[in-house]
Amino acid sequence: MRATGSAIRLKASAVGWLFIVPAVLLIVIFYFYPMIQALILSFQTGTGSNLSFNGFGNYKRLFTDSMFITAVSNTFVYLIFQVPLMVLLALVLSVLLNDRNLKGKSFFRTAIFLPCITSLVAYSVVFKYLFAGDGLVNSLLLDLHVVSAPIQWITDPFWAKITIIIAITWRWTGYNMVFYLSGMQNIDPSIYEAARIDGASAIKQFFRITIPMLKPIILFTSITSTIGTLQLFDEVMNITKGGPGNATTTISQYIYNLSFKYSADFGYAATVSYSIVIMIVLLSIIQFKAAGDRDA
Amino acid sequence: MHKTKRFFMYLFLIVAAFVSFFPFLWIIVSSTNPSVDVTRGRLLPGTYFMDNLRKLLSSVDILTALKNSLLISVSTTLLAMLIASLAGYGFEVYRSRAKDAVFNLLLLSMMIPFAALMVPLYRMFGKITNLLPLIGIDTLAAVVLPTMTTAFLIFFFRQSTKMFPKELLEAGRIDGLSELGLFFRVYAPTMKTTYAAASIITFMSSWNNYLWPLIVLQTPQKQTIPLLISNLGSSYAPDFGVIMLAIFISTIPTAIVFFVMQKHFVAGMIGSVK
Repeated sequence: MRATGSAIRLKASAVGWLFIVPAVLLIVIFYFYPMIQALILSFQTGTGSNLSFNGFGNYKRLFTDSMFITAVSNTFVYLIFQVPLMVLLALVLSVLLNDRNLKGKSFFRTAIFLPCITSLVAYSVVFKYLFAGDGLVNSLLLDLHVVSAPIQWITDPFWAKITIIIAITWRWTGYNMVFYLSGMQNIDPSIYEAARIDGASAIKQFFRITIPMLKPIILFTSITSTIGTLQLFDEVMNITKGGPGNATTTISQYIYNLSFKYSADFGYAATVSYSIVIMIVLLSIIQFKAAGDRDA
Repeated sequence: MHKTKRFFMYLFLIVAAFVSFFPFLWIIVSSTNPSVDVTRGRLLPGTYFMDNLRKLLSSVDILTALKNSLLISVSTTLLAMLIASLAGYGFEVYRSRAKDAVFNLLLLSMMIPFAALMVPLYRMFGKITNLLPLIGIDTLAAVVLPTMTTAFLIFFFRQSTKMFPKELLEAGRIDGLSELGLFFRVYAPTMKTTYAAASIITFMSSWNNYLWPLIVLQTPQKQTIPLLISNLGSSYAPDFGVIMLAIFISTIPTAIVFFVMQKHFVAGMIGSVK
């Protein structure tokens, strides 16, 4: 009886591979193979398909390429200001929405989540017009006497970055909020009750209970947002086109420009793309480290 | 004290909800107004909806773009569901050490940014265009092929399969079903919610995909909705009412998916964390 059981299992295990093969093949063809191609390309130079190897030449070029340095620093400006701002905002909104006595809970939740249904291109175009020099945001600010002259949201290097940050925050805060709300459902309400009896204020409860209990989810959302920001393309392309000058250009956009807008410099574009890979790997190591701390 | 606290709480939520909702309101209102009124900041509905629609239909081929986007999104979703659920089921039900190793390797692909793939993928499709013109550059198939399988979806199906009652499979085997029969007759019908959540995620990201179609599609007849909107948005003499109407139309499918399947929608998102 036992022998037949394991024989069936063995046969089943062989059948099992057939279920997996299509997916494995597709991932190898469309992820791993191109990654190897990109690695080879990153050591080549030339235009279009006229390529020749030049060792570490492309990698050396990265350090003296002011356009690359600008794209990396722009991307990190978005990362350092936008991700914490959004996480904090989403956390505060979740805490408010988690209140048992709150009326209109599902209305607020739906409204705040709604930006997630828009396509990145569509909302970017809308924001471009809302924040135009003579756009609605400026006329509102002027009418309310918040500013005396219109803010150059799109055409000033500083404000253009702010516009991008506002836009991304609008699009993704509700998305992150949903994760925190679901995490909060797993926090035992009696913990808060005990804290209240001990006289802990709402702010204290937020920092001492909510944030520590949600740590793994906050970590997850921070890492996904970071990876998303490192690849930022649609918004910048459609709101500012990377301008003014190169004040808002991102790494992804630079790769796109190198390959498809300028002179089809595929080799160097691949080198730049590997810099994103390296950054993501480094950040993932940090994530695993942090996750390890949690288990300990 | 308590009352002021509640007041500020509601105030904050109302402001957040208003800011989130306002651009939608503006899109809807602006699509009924002529371009001049949109620039003037008119926030009341107008009577130019039909005019804008007529102008939109005559200036760009939005119907072809809708058809292309729909073809791409629906076929991506159907193929993705089949391939990813087969794999997720295979990894979990026929679990073995070797398969687990392959699974972990697949998960590594989630760390690969699309930015690193676009150049080699473009060259790959470029090379096969002469040999296999049906799936080469400037075909809808070239948009579908590299985007239809993600390690995330396989992971998602595998996680959900852990909850699947395996006794049902034993019962099916006794009834004489083949291994493939078990998958289609027993597993797939009981996993409807998982399929619903996974389809929503896939459909949404396919419908909204911009960068890869921008690279691989070249002729206007192949344009998808995000490409069309991006082009409209960067035109030199934009007609704002018409553009807002196009954006309004482009958001309808995802809005329907969201409102009809709100529960699955959120379940699908949350499933990605667990």
